[in-house]
Amino acid sequence: MVVIQALFAITGDTCCYTVSLYSVLLNMSEITWNFNVYSARTHVNYEIKGDVAVIRINDPTSKVNTLSVHMQKEMTEIMDEIWANNAITSAVLISSKPGCFIAGADINMIQACKSTEEVTNLSQEGQKMFEKIEKSPKPVIAAINGSCLGGGLELAIACQYRVATKNKKTVLGTPEVLLGLLPGAGGTQRLPKMIGLPGAFDMMLTGRNIRSDKAKKMGLVHQLVDTLGPGLKSPEERTIEYLEEIAVDCARGIVNKKIPLAKEKSMMQKIQDYIMSYPFVRNQIYSTVQKKVMKQTKGLYPAPLKIIECVKAGMEQGLDAGYLAESQNFGKLAMTSESRALIGLYHGQVACKKNRFGVPKKDVKTLAILGAGLMGAGIAQVSVDKGINTILKDTTLEGLNRGQQQVYKGLNDKTKKKSITSFERDSTLSSLTGQLDYSGFQKADMVIEAVFEDIAIKHKVLREVEAVTSPECIFASNTSALPIKDIAAASTRPEKVVGMHYFSPVDKMQLLEIITTDKTSKDTTASAVAVGLKQGKIIIVVGDGPGFYTTRCLAPMLAEAVRVLQEGVDPKKLDSLTTGFGFPVGAATLADEVGIDVAAHVAEDLGKAFGSRFGGGDPELLKTMVEKGFKGRKSGKGCYLYQPGLKHKDVNPELEEILELYKMTPNPAVSSDSDVQYRLVSRFVNEAVLCLQEGILANPVEGDIGAVFGLGFPPCLGGPFRFVDTFGADKLVEKMRRFEEVYGNQFTPCSLLLDHAKDPSKKFHK
Amino acid sequence: MNSLRTCPVNSSRALQFATWALSASAPLQAQAKSKKTLSKPGVRNVVLVEGVRTPFLQAGTTYADLMAHDLARGALQGLLNRTAFPKEAVDYIVYGTVIQEVKTSNVAREAALGAGFSDKTPAHTVTMACISSNQAMTTAVGLVASGQCDAVVAGGVEFMSDVPIRHSRKMRKMMLSLNRARTLGARLSLLGSLRLSHLVPELPAVSEFSTAEMMGHSADRLAAAFGISRLDQDEFALRSHVLAKKAQDEGLLTDIVDFKVPGKDIVSKDNGIRPSTMEQMSKLKPAFIKPHGTVTAANSSYLTDGASAVLIMSEEKALAMGYKPKAYLSDSFSDFLFHGKLTKMRCVSFSPTYAIPKVLERSGLTLADIDAFEFHEAFAGQVLANLTAMESDWFAQNCMGRKAKVGAPPMEKFNLWGGSLSLGHPFAATGCRLVTMVAHRLKKEGGQYGLVAACAAGGQGHAMLVEACPQ
Repeated sequence: MVVIQALFAITGDTCCYTVSLYSVLLNMSEITWNFNVYSARTHVNYEIKGDVAVIRINDPTSKVNTLSVHMQKEMTEIMDEIWANNAITSAVLISSKPGCFIAGADINMIQACKSTEEVTNLSQEGQKMFEKIEKSPKPVIAAINGSCLGGGLELAIACQYRVATKNKKTVLGTPEVLLGLLPGAGGTQRLPKMIGLPGAFDMMLTGRNIRSDKAKKMGLVHQLVDTLGPGLKSPEERTIEYLEEIAVDCARGIVNKKIPLAKEKSMMQKIQDYIMSYPFVRNQIYSTVQKKVMKQTKGLYPAPLKIIECVKAGMEQGLDAGYLAESQNFGKLAMTSESRALIGLYHGQVACKKNRFGVPKKDVKTLAILGAGLMGAGIAQVSVDKGINTILKDTTLEGLNRGQQQVYKGLNDKTKKKSITSFERDSTLSSLTGQLDYSGFQKADMVIEAVFEDIAIKHKVLREVEAVTSPECIFASNTSALPIKDIAAASTRPEKVVGMHYFSPVDKMQLLEIITTDKTSKDTTASAVAVGLKQGKIIIVVGDGPGFYTTRCLAPMLAEAVRVLQEGVDPKKLDSLTTGFGFPVGAATLADEVGIDVAAHVAEDLGKAFGSRFGGGDPELLKTMVEKGFKGRKSGKGCYLYQPGLKHKDVNPELEEILELYKMTPNPAVSSDSDVQYRLVSRFVNEAVLCLQEGILANPVEGDIGAVFGLGFPPCLGGPFRFVDTFGADKLVEKMRRFEEVYGNQFTPCSLLLDHAKDPSKKFHK
Repeated sequence: MNSLRTCPVNSSRALQFATWALSASAPLQAQAKSKKTLSKPGVRNVVLVEGVRTPFLQAGTTYADLMAHDLARGALQGLLNRTAFPKEAVDYIVYGTVIQEVKTSNVAREAALGAGFSDKTPAHTVTMACISSNQAMTTAVGLVASGQCDAVVAGGVEFMSDVPIRHSRKMRKMMLSLNRARTLGARLSLLGSLRLSHLVPELPAVSEFSTAEMMGHSADRLAAAFGISRLDQDEFALRSHVLAKKAQDEGLLTDIVDFKVPGKDIVSKDNGIRPSTMEQMSKLKPAFIKPHGTVTAANSSYLTDGASAVLIMSEEKALAMGYKPKAYLSDSFSDFLFHGKLTKMRCVSFSPTYAIPKVLERSGLTLADIDAFEFHEAFAGQVLANLTAMESDWFAQNCMGRKAKVGAPPMEKFNLWGGSLSLGHPFAATGCRLVTMVAHRLKKEGGQYGLVAACAAGGQGHAMLVEACPQ
């Protein structure tokens, strides 16, 4: 699942368009004292401090600054004024927003474009403007505090000098690739020259955020400035002021030639440059990177390849060719379905990081978790990490010890990566209490149970919890398939019962599926969402029913996967078919990760609930595997053999014997590679659409987000609903009808899907 | 007295020092005080009978070959000599130290025995970073006030010429395993695991454990947060040196007792007082935050060797034994300023601002009642930031939860005989130096109330009120 996490590591609020009254007021007050303002500018202003122009960026309509048409226009005007003014010798570019320099280009601006040419044009304008800044006779210093991403970074690297704050929020990066785009304002041309080919490829192809201290080491920024505590103003305000003071000093230093712009290169860099001067070496790098990209993306994502193309054009054929390739490819990429899918996911993700149920009456300060297994401990880890007092309860000392060790390890790994200090690790751990009894539960605002998936056990702990907790305490069940109303049946306060379905491993998987019954109160839901958001989760809220949304979509696909195995496709082939379609993890590997026993359990439960529609592979196959101890990764054997320390895994030879027992004859009419892929995907998609039809899902956006972030549905397809929109419901129905003839009602399209097939103008996403 | 009070104290800049040439010896005019005395009914009066210190020397100079307990002995013995106090009448000894010499982990006991105190007098060592001896005194005051003791010696020592440098953890682990290895083979195999990296030594931490930030770095950020300029800091440091030099020349530093260094000279003067010029100071490069920081070697206190000791008694006992106590030690308050993850935001050397209003309020005094201020000067920027914060309503309201500012001390009452920047700062010895100095100043200047404040690593601070005994 690492691929999707990497794809969506960008934080949620970079694209928020709510009008903040505060920032409007702030901006107004600036206008009054900023002189030299001919027309009232709203987004960019400048003040002349002696001989230095301080350009302040502040988009009054948003929490973050984005490079919009409006902002670019004002920026150009101001730069022209600065260049024309002889009293000004240099300029400092700074944002007035705490926590954000410029978070990137305005996505809506790109989405509004109708053609490749239009986007290419946008890119070329950006290129020209930044080139002018790069060639500015008066040095321009970028003073960076907060996120400096995408177009913001491209602007910053066009400046002559960069000063950044040593703040955890100050990150630099080119996340365009995550949206299926490329840095289209000179980024693909400047970055390789600034930090070298390997570093530039790493940044542009992963899109990862780089903290300022790392950026300094890479040569991306010249100077770091400490963040300040409270002084005579708030820390944020004073830090920005301080950054400005230092940047103004730097500007003067550059003009006085006290600060050299060309940094002396280290021996290592000189060697690297020398090696890179050989075209042979560069070509080797291009081809290695290309191969790596192809291996990881299976060629399903066009953006990384285009990035390599642009860099190559610039390096090998000169800047003009590079700029041209960049702007044209940018235009092309913006029109791809992949980019639209990824941008859709981005917007969906932002939407799923908001609490649509309002502010809960009571803040959850103390959280109790029952069961210190993989899930329980994982939930504990993401909770203590955010300062929630957490009680972790288990029934045995061994279990508790294992769970506490898991939490410790999770935090300690962060210490090893130096994202937190050992002291921070210890003080974070101090909010975790491990125990075997219910003491202290009277203070709990919420209890999440992560005990064994058995309704009798769930009822037992529910009664025990209700006996010791306050009436306001919320009881949340982390079940993956048991209907919440069945669990709530044992409760004396069913309005306080809710489902919180986490995904394993909890600290890595971003999704949280919250399940409400018709009795769950709105406040309880709001509280559950608030806790999830605090834990850093992306949240979908779905209705109650067997398997809810995610498990219910996954089950038919896994049933189909089992059938495919029975039809003689080996696990490796099955995996390559699924990953070839864009799933980050193959179906066989996924079954091993989830656990064969869990899969068997779920298949049986849902089979009972939904009948033959959930059939396909023989459920006995899974049971036999469990009986033999092939429970997946956790038991060392499943579809594959897992040996500690070994990354490479072989197919479990004993599985073949079992498969032999359950062998089925494939029907050649529906067994081509492509057919197998669509058999797997269509059942998934049909079930998802059915969930929307039945009201389990509130909207298609949550459906897409849940499928991608919880189950690894191919991000390049944007989720099952966008897939139907792009692929065409009619084409999908046609395929399903063909499978239906062979296998029966498992492939019968649901009525909502049929509606969309009949009327092509019907789309899930506008 | 110069008419310096005319300048309003409403910003850090206004506090700046037109006042170097100040004559500090003129007696203060009698002022109406909020309270006549700090003594409380039903509580024993605790007095400072005497306070002494060894000369404070820059680390690596004349004291270089000694050990911490040698200096501590010097201070303790000096105290006995100065007071002619009968050793057996000392009920308890509390001594502070920060960087511990591992051979003398209870340096209080080793030094006391070495100084010829009775082996029946218990002694313990206390550590609380730069306010270790402040805490030693606070403990002593408590022991006397509660009636457990009549005479307690408190003090502190710091020896920076030699610090414990350890083997690396890996090496230590191997050496300890070697101890337990029974057979030659086991020993050889352990030795075989020796790698070059084992030999990298571990220096005492220069940064705080909890925040991983160095003090100087923290002070620089603090100065920046309050907009204290490099010029302000250099001027303040220069003031400290000028005033210290003057005090030294005028023979005001009477708390010093001579120290005979075996094989070398008798030391009788501090050796770090060096008034420089603003021009020279401005040439120095920032020491911590490069290249734009403002804290330099010249406006920071330097690594110092030294020890101090005070004799604290109940007033009645002191009088009964025929002593003339110097001052009442009244209310003392160590404030803990630790806010978990916020520590890095709240600067570590910042606590006096928090501690001072607490002691003042508890004793019913206001800042205007105080005649002499002695603040620890770790960094010029840190002192000025504290003064600026105390003058700020915004800070009081937003960061301290107070209605209004406490106000900053007027410069003509502030550190008039120099401070840690110039006299030196042997971490655990500074607290007693401050208290003795404020008592001496009250006597010299004819003042009644003195206020001592100091900051320490770990976000802690200490403030103490001192009242002159009737002459």
